[in-house]
Amino acid sequence: MVNLTDLIGLGKNRSLYEKRQPVFPKAIDGRFRRFKWLVMAVTLTIYYVTPWLRWDRGAFAPDQAVLVDLAHRRFYFGPIEIWPHEFYYVAGLLIMAGVGLFMVTSVIGRAWCGYACPQTVWTDLFQHIERFVDGDRNAQARLAKAPWRPAKIARRLTKWSLFLIVSVLTGGAWIFYFADAPTLATQFIAGDAPQVAYATVALLTATTFVFGGFMREQVCIYMCPWPRIQTAMMDEKTLIVTYRDWRGEPRGKGRRPATLADLGARPERLGDCIDCNQCVAVCPTGIDIRNGPQIGCITCALCIDACDQVMARIGRPRGLIDYATLEDCAAEKAGRAPRRLVKVLSHPRTLIYFALWSGVGIAMLLSVGDRTRLTVSAQHQRNPSFVQLSDGHVRNGYTVKLRNMEARPRAVEVSIAGMPGAVMWTEGGSRDRASDRLRTTVPADALAKLPIFVAAPARDEGSASFEFRARALTEDRPETAVVRAEFEGPERK
Amino acid sequence: MAERKSIDQATGTETVGHEWDGIEELNTPLPRWWLWTFYATIVWGIAYTIAYPAWPMVSSASAGVLDWSSRGQLEQELADDSARKMPLLKAIAATPVEQLPARPQLWQAAVEGGHAAFRNNCTQCHGTGAAGTAGYPNLNDDDWLWGGDLKAIEYTIAHGVRNPEHEQTRASQMPAFGRDGLLQPSEIADVVAYVRTISRQQAPTAEARRGAATFATNCAACHGATGTGNRAVGAPDLTDAIWLYGGDEASLTNTVAYARSGVMPRWEHKLGPTQVKMLAAYVYSLGGGERSAVQMAEASPRR
Repeated sequence: MVNLTDLIGLGKNRSLYEKRQPVFPKAIDGRFRRFKWLVMAVTLTIYYVTPWLRWDRGAFAPDQAVLVDLAHRRFYFGPIEIWPHEFYYVAGLLIMAGVGLFMVTSVIGRAWCGYACPQTVWTDLFQHIERFVDGDRNAQARLAKAPWRPAKIARRLTKWSLFLIVSVLTGGAWIFYFADAPTLATQFIAGDAPQVAYATVALLTATTFVFGGFMREQVCIYMCPWPRIQTAMMDEKTLIVTYRDWRGEPRGKGRRPATLADLGARPERLGDCIDCNQCVAVCPTGIDIRNGPQIGCITCALCIDACDQVMARIGRPRGLIDYATLEDCAAEKAGRAPRRLVKVLSHPRTLIYFALWSGVGIAMLLSVGDRTRLTVSAQHQRNPSFVQLSDGHVRNGYTVKLRNMEARPRAVEVSIAGMPGAVMWTEGGSRDRASDRLRTTVPADALAKLPIFVAAPARDEGSASFEFRARALTEDRPETAVVRAEFEGPERK
Repeated sequence: MAERKSIDQATGTETVGHEWDGIEELNTPLPRWWLWTFYATIVWGIAYTIAYPAWPMVSSASAGVLDWSSRGQLEQELADDSARKMPLLKAIAATPVEQLPARPQLWQAAVEGGHAAFRNNCTQCHGTGAAGTAGYPNLNDDDWLWGGDLKAIEYTIAHGVRNPEHEQTRASQMPAFGRDGLLQPSEIADVVAYVRTISRQQAPTAEARRGAATFATNCAACHGATGTGNRAVGAPDLTDAIWLYGGDEASLTNTVAYARSGVMPRWEHKLGPTQVKMLAAYVYSLGGGERSAVQMAEASPRR
């Protein structure tokens, strides 16, 4: 009988699939932990509070400071309103986000992963809940091994309920970016919200619950492409969380020699690492940083905090595990001084990233203030392209579109320039009352579509070229928009 | 196979134990939950084929327990759509055509509904843009044989032109002056010259002056003393720039000699009064529509 695992060359005890090793990270305090608290507070505050900020835009636009109005295809960011055709501003923001991440990664490695990524922030939050319900690392491990008795079931149910509450709040907050938050909140509770709102909350609740509560580091290691991409952006000049092996090895338990004399008393010199395993205990992805840089390290720096505490206790200098570049590690190992921080931060690649990033930002800032808020376009009627009128004149039809991108209705005068003798009228008007201009009111933040007829004396060359001019008749911020149009007619033989 | 545990030096990972031309494969097992998601997709796939039409049978595919079909979905959507439009159609049916422009929502619905009906029923002769061709009037222009206000257009569409079995149809007949020997060829040539003069296509000639007398005797009864036509009998205005059958000498000679009598079907019994009303609105909206007394009386001019 041939065994499948034998056939493909696997040993008897080797499995095709790997069971997840549970991670029970130990609570730790220290400078990086406190910084992580701060980042968590800031990011969660931004996430939960932003949709509730108000911004007065007058009677004709929503008063939500940040609103992605998918139904009406408008994007509101404070004083800036983006129409769909201005989506390149959003593309610009995405480019800035991308280049910004490259920049940060090239300087301090996976800082995004370690501090600001939602997966990290929510995993962190869930792990705190876990410690709150189950106790710290050892208690959690014991509970995991314990049989399913009422006490364990009660704890698990408590923990999962808390997870679920956080998940629902997470999914629930997301939808407020897409509709007026207070209105939607009332509707949502009353059960009158659109179906898509409930579906979105359900989906995000499920993903938060599963990814934050159970998958955790598996998302970072197996699902996220970013760790793979980031390795291309890091080099030996990048700050990463590193174990100074030249200082720590050979590791071992026991007293450290205080003097050279003591050293002489022992055959082998012990490094600073006392192999206390605290760096492994606090790691949220369950890796051993002493094995060197690896895909599982999200550079949250909690191992630095853990190791610093131990070093303080055994009276050795801090920084056995520390942010350092591989280049500096090599230098220190060889007895040279590491580079100064300003040099670390200013290598050419970082500066190029910074120039790109700020270039895109400045270009967008400059152009966003000077955007036109009135546009005109004219679509020539193609079939028929012209109409012979009984008095010998020729009529052409156009669909003139006036786009008023200001949040107030505006009176707009449309006129014909460059074609003497031409008159225009729209639906409801007539040729006998027509002149070379007409007035209309374009509603606030809207597109007005005017079917326009233009009549002009027939000309020998048949077609002619002219302009539609649209002028906003507002006292403040007058605007004019112009579009070229063709006037067709019969060619005289 | 012998049990052999080999470790890759660079990564510290076990290899699967095989070697192909010096290349070894690391044994990096998939996470087990990945396997579960794979099984979940299989379950999903099977459930999907049970819920929806999928399995090929002898004459058709299995229907699926949800009883869904794309044809059924289309029927449902069409039914929903006509239910949605029903109140508008009822309102249009209840409103006289000349009062439609005063109610912008009804007017717009009527124009759009008329456009759809036009594409189905009228484009064969009048063209997709309603620009017509020789013998089929251009509905965009401001020249109307039988009248261009909403009521007149509605009547023409409803009852047709020169419809033999229909009493209310628009009817008239121009005599074939040449074929029936009512005018001599030289007289026809004179009349043609006269018509081309009053339509400002050529300068007055001796021929045209002779033609004026012939015109007064033979043509003025329908086309009017000055040649401006008569809508009661569908006699075209001969002084304007628009010619249904052509304004050149050959076409005009042909018209006078053999006469013209275009026909149009009546549509009311086929499309019903509401669609005819919507068609009238559409034709009117093409740009040449004339304002009726009702519209003139409306105090507030619309935008």
